Amino acid sequence: MADTEPGPRRSDRSPWNWLLIIPVVVPLLTFLFNKDEPRLAGFPFFYWMQFAFIVLGVGCTTIVYLVTRRPSGGENASASSPAAPKED
Amino acid sequence: MSGRHTTELVVFAVLFVIVSAMGFVAARWRRPTTMQSLDEWGLGGRSFGSWITWFLVGGDLYTAYTFVAVPALVFGAGAAGFYAVPYTIVVYPLVFLVLIRLWSVSHVHGFVTPADFVRARFGSSTLALLVAITGIVATMPYIALQLVGIQATLEAMGVTGHWPLIIAFAILAAYTYQSGLRAPALIAFVKDLLIYIVILVAIFYIPHKLGGWGHIFGAAQAKFDKTPAPADGTLLNHNNQLNYAMLALGSALALFLYPHSVTGVLASKNRNVIKRNMAALPAYSFLLGLIALLGFMAIAGGIKPVAGGNGKPDGNTVVPLLFDHIFPSWFTGVAYAAIGIGALVPAAIMSIAAANLFTRNIYKEYFRRDASASEEATVSKLASLVVKIGAVLAILLLDPQFSIDLQLIGGVIILQTLPSVGLGLITRWFHRGGLIAGWVAGMAAGMWMLYRIPNPATKKLHFGGSAYPLSDIGLDTKMTVYVGAIALAINLIVAVLATVLLRALKTTDGVDVTRTDDYLADEGDPKVVQGTREVEEGLAT
Repeated sequence: MADTEPGPRRSDRSPWNWLLIIPVVVPLLTFLFNKDEPRLAGFPFFYWMQFAFIVLGVGCTTIVYLVTRRPSGGENASASSPAAPKED
Repeated sequence: MSGRHTTELVVFAVLFVIVSAMGFVAARWRRPTTMQSLDEWGLGGRSFGSWITWFLVGGDLYTAYTFVAVPALVFGAGAAGFYAVPYTIVVYPLVFLVLIRLWSVSHVHGFVTPADFVRARFGSSTLALLVAITGIVATMPYIALQLVGIQATLEAMGVTGHWPLIIAFAILAAYTYQSGLRAPALIAFVKDLLIYIVILVAIFYIPHKLGGWGHIFGAAQAKFDKTPAPADGTLLNHNNQLNYAMLALGSALALFLYPHSVTGVLASKNRNVIKRNMAALPAYSFLLGLIALLGFMAIAGGIKPVAGGNGKPDGNTVVPLLFDHIFPSWFTGVAYAAIGIGALVPAAIMSIAAANLFTRNIYKEYFRRDASASEEATVSKLASLVVKIGAVLAILLLDPQFSIDLQLIGGVIILQTLPSVGLGLITRWFHRGGLIAGWVAGMAAGMWMLYRIPNPATKKLHFGGSAYPLSDIGLDTKMTVYVGAIALAINLIVAVLATVLLRALKTTDGVDVTRTDDYLADEGDPKVVQGTREVEEGLAT
C-alpha cells in the first residue's frame, strides 16, 4: 500500500494482489457481454456471462486470500478469549 | 380475508415469533461479562468468526429492500436493473485490501465508527462530524426502506392498517435494545436459510410453471418492445451502458462506506475472517442475480403491480404478488416471512450503526467528553430506539416515495466520505481542510445534479433518479452518467487542489495519531489505551 515506511515485520504487499484488478474491471466492460447470443439454457449471454463473472470474482479473491493469509490468525486460534498471546 | 391469506399469515406469524424469541435470547449467546459497552452491545464483542460474519454481513448488505426493489427495477426497466450483479461482484476485490487495514487500525485504537477513524487519522473533529452526519443521514432512509419491504408483504397478504408494522418494529426495537449486535447476528442464520430455500425453489419451480427461461426472456422483450420508453429492454442500449458501469462501480465504492457495513466488518475477530468473507460473500451475489430475474418472471407471469399508497402502481409489489400467484399458500407464507425477517436484520444493524455514530462522534465529542463505556452503551441503546421510531414515522406519515428518494440521495452523499475514510486508510497525503472543502463541493454538486433529474414516468420534476443526462449541461448526446461518480470526481479534484493550496500556505494540519504498523495489526496484538497516543504526541487537551 502507499505507506512511506513499510514495516519490517509485516506487510500487505504481494504481487498476487494484482489479481484483484481482474474482477473489478472485467464486469464493468459492458461491451464485452451486452449481447443476446449465444444463449445458455435460454439465458441471453448478457445474463449468464455476468453470473460467470461471480465465479471469476470468487476465484481471484480466494487465490489472493490463500496466498496472503497469516498462519497465526487462524479461525480456531482463540475461541472466545479476547487476547490470545501470539508467538512472534 | 380469504383462506389462502389466512394460511400465509399463520406461517408468516409463526416464523416471525420464532425469530423474535431468538432476538431476545441472543443476549445470552456468547455471553459477555457485561453488555454495558459499545464493544459488546454495538460490535458483539469484536469476536465473530467466519461463519457468523458471513451471515451477518450478508444479511446486512443484501437487505429486504434489495430483494423487493431490484426485481421491481428489472420488471420496470429490464437489463439496467441487473447492475446489482456487477456491483456486488466488483465490491469485494475492490475493498479487500482496504478493509483489513480498517479492521487493524480500529482494533488497535478501539474505533467503533468510520468517523472515529477519521478523527484520529486527520486530527479533525469537524471532519469526523461531517463523516458522522453523512453516515446518519444516508442510513436513516435505508432503515425506513426496510419497512417498505415488510409493508409490501403485509399488503400482499391483505393486511392493512398501520398497527402490524408498528408492532413488528416495536419488537425489533426491544430486542435490539437488549441484545445489541448479537440479535441480528443470530437472526441472520434463519433469515438467510429462508431466503436461500425460497429462491432456490423459485428459480426451479417458477420457470417450470411459466414455460422455461427462453419463454420468460421472450415475454420480457415483447413487453419492453411495446413500451414507448427507449431505455428499457433485456439488453442495454447505446445510451445507458456507461451509466450501468458507473452505477455498478459507484455503488461498490459506496457500500463499505455505509456505517452499517463497517459495523459488520469491525465485529469480526481477525483479518483472516474478513479476507475469507471477501471471497465467500459473492455467494449472495449469485442469489441476488437470481432474485433480480424474478422481475422477468413477473412479466412472463402476467403480474400487474397493485397501486401503492399514492395511487400509482407500486413496482415493489410484483415479487410478493408473483409468489402469491405461483406458490401454494403455505410456501408463500414462508417466502413472505423470508422477506419480512430479511428486513429485520439490516434494520437492526443499521440502527446500531447510526446510534454508535451519534454516541461516539456527536454526544461524546460535543456534550460529554468524559462519558464512560457504560454511559456510551446506554446512549447508543436509546439512540437506536429513536432512530427506529423516526423510521416508522417517516414511512407512516410521509409518502414512502420520499424515503426512496432519500435513499437514492444517500448513495450519492455517502460516496463523498470516500476521500477521508477510504483513501484515508491508504494515504495520509490529504490536508484535513482539503477534505472538508472536497466534501462540501461534492455534496453541492451531487445535490444539484439530483435536483435537475426529472422522472417522466412518475411525473416528478426533481430527484427522479440518479442517471444524469449529459444534455442538461449542453452536450449533444442522450447519454446519462451516474451522479455519485461525478460528484465524487469533483470532490477529489477540490480536495487535491485545496490540499496543495493549504500546504503552500503552510496552514496547520491535524496530527495523525495512527502509525504505519497499526494498519497491519492482527488479533492478539496490543491495543492502544485510549488517549495515550495523544499524550505521547502532545495533543492532550
